[in-house]
Amino acid sequence: MEAAMGLMRRMPPKHTETALSALLSLLPHHSSDLLSQVDQPLQVLCDVDSGKEFILCEYNRDADSYRSPWSNKYHPPLEDGPHPSAELRKLEIEANEVFAIYRDQYYEGGISSVYLWEDENDGFVACFLIKKDGSKNAHGRRGYLQEGAWDAIHVIEVGPEEEGKSRYCLTSTVMLSMTTNDVSSSSFNLSGSIRRQMNADLSVAEGHLCNMGRMIEEMEGKLRNSLDQVYFGKTKEMVCTLRPPAELVQMRLPES
Amino acid sequence: MSSDEDGESREVELSHKQKLEIAKWFLMNSPPGEIQYVAKDVKAVLKDENVYAAAAAEAFPLYNKSHMICLQLPDRSGDVLITSFSEIREDEYLDPRTAQVAVVDHAKQTCVEVRPASDEELPSAYVEEYRAALDAETSKYVSEAYPKGVCSVYATSGKYVEEPGSDFELVVVILASRHSPQNFCNGSWQSIWNVVFKDELHIVELRGKLQVGAHYFEEGNVQLDGKHECKDSTVFQSPDDCAVSVVNMIRHHETEYLTSLQTSYSNLSDTTFKDLRRKLPVTRTLFPWHNTMQFNLTRDISKELGIGK
Repeated sequence: MEAAMGLMRRMPPKHTETALSALLSLLPHHSSDLLSQVDQPLQVLCDVDSGKEFILCEYNRDADSYRSPWSNKYHPPLEDGPHPSAELRKLEIEANEVFAIYRDQYYEGGISSVYLWEDENDGFVACFLIKKDGSKNAHGRRGYLQEGAWDAIHVIEVGPEEEGKSRYCLTSTVMLSMTTNDVSSSSFNLSGSIRRQMNADLSVAEGHLCNMGRMIEEMEGKLRNSLDQVYFGKTKEMVCTLRPPAELVQMRLPES
Repeated sequence: MSSDEDGESREVELSHKQKLEIAKWFLMNSPPGEIQYVAKDVKAVLKDENVYAAAAAEAFPLYNKSHMICLQLPDRSGDVLITSFSEIREDEYLDPRTAQVAVVDHAKQTCVEVRPASDEELPSAYVEEYRAALDAETSKYVSEAYPKGVCSVYATSGKYVEEPGSDFELVVVILASRHSPQNFCNGSWQSIWNVVFKDELHIVELRGKLQVGAHYFEEGNVQLDGKHECKDSTVFQSPDDCAVSVVNMIRHHETEYLTSLQTSYSNLSDTTFKDLRRKLPVTRTLFPWHNTMQFNLTRDISKELGIGK
């Protein structure tokens, strides 16, 4: 398993799906570990009832069907697929509505889905998903990207309420890929994925959705910032180490 | 649940060939300088020495050539680049500068032996004059532009041409790589310049393919993949004059490409990234999670008034 994760850390992020399916076929007895530890690009289906698209993941899957957050129905139809309790479903509906507005304000397009389910410890788990195609043929408002994909997966475990507080454990992954072709003969692609965790004990006075939303907003900001500043910055630094820009060459001392 | 069934159907033992293909795929997709680490993990995942050995025997030579790895000659007389242009046999590569042939161990990525090159392995004296002049000029440029760069110039087609009157082709290869696994960062820059000397037209045509890759993987996995192609041409002159003008063109195009890479990076934070996700919402304030009722309200009102959806 350690070796498998080692490979996932080295393979080009744009080949994540191929690498994962190769590992699944080599290590069938680790399939559930692999599927829970390796995030793969999100897929989308259209809800036949509402006509709206929803995102597929392990958390809304049963057998080969996926539950839509809009109609609460499995696609393709499935008898006795699990559904959240009525109370949780109410929160799920609200979360989907609010998260869609949040998504639109930050992403100016894209698709979002939220799934909730009960866990064993009297609490619940929520999964917030966002998929954005920022290429100029899709939802890229400014048209800078030949190809651009952003997939965000946020899983929050919410503990039972004690003395007006709950414990929230958030695990977030962002996968992205950006390709620009300034000139026809040149292409520039950056792709990658990072995963982070954040825990908090918060008062539930304003409601779970408010707490979860704020944590996700903060986390997304942090992930975006570290991709932009740290991760892309490191690759840029590497390029400048390989071939320093002219101004740096002139500044170097003769003996170096 | 079907996950058990899935699990069982996946239990069907993969054939030798399927395992081999998977192992090769992982090895071939290793980022610059990381194939040995990938090899270790592939071995652990496969748990099958025979399949691993077969995959390594096929994948290493291909990886070494496509990444143009640079190996030190055992007598330290120089370096040899593993490229398809310098390949004599699968495990033999020519170093034109020292007129030696290196015998390499692909899987260990070392050079085990050197021997002098035979006459057939070297270009004619006439072509060699152009090759050597270009090699000297390129080396000078590479030592100025790349802190850890290596280069080589190979005679490819028409290498036995003995006097003016026929076309011939040289290939300039430039490689700069940096591996710092302790800093979770690896990268490489490679340039391949085809230089075609056209006798009758009296011109020298230049075609360049530049490729730069970087991998940063501290608590994540982010990779840069940049590619660029360009063309240029100059007048067919004496070996020394050709070398100077060809290297001038190479310098010009590579500097320009570096500048365009920097522009791509500087556009990234300000503009490009915004098409995926903005730093702040369109409203320029954090999302009003405490007051999401307002959205429901607006929607109810618009519903009542029959506007919106």
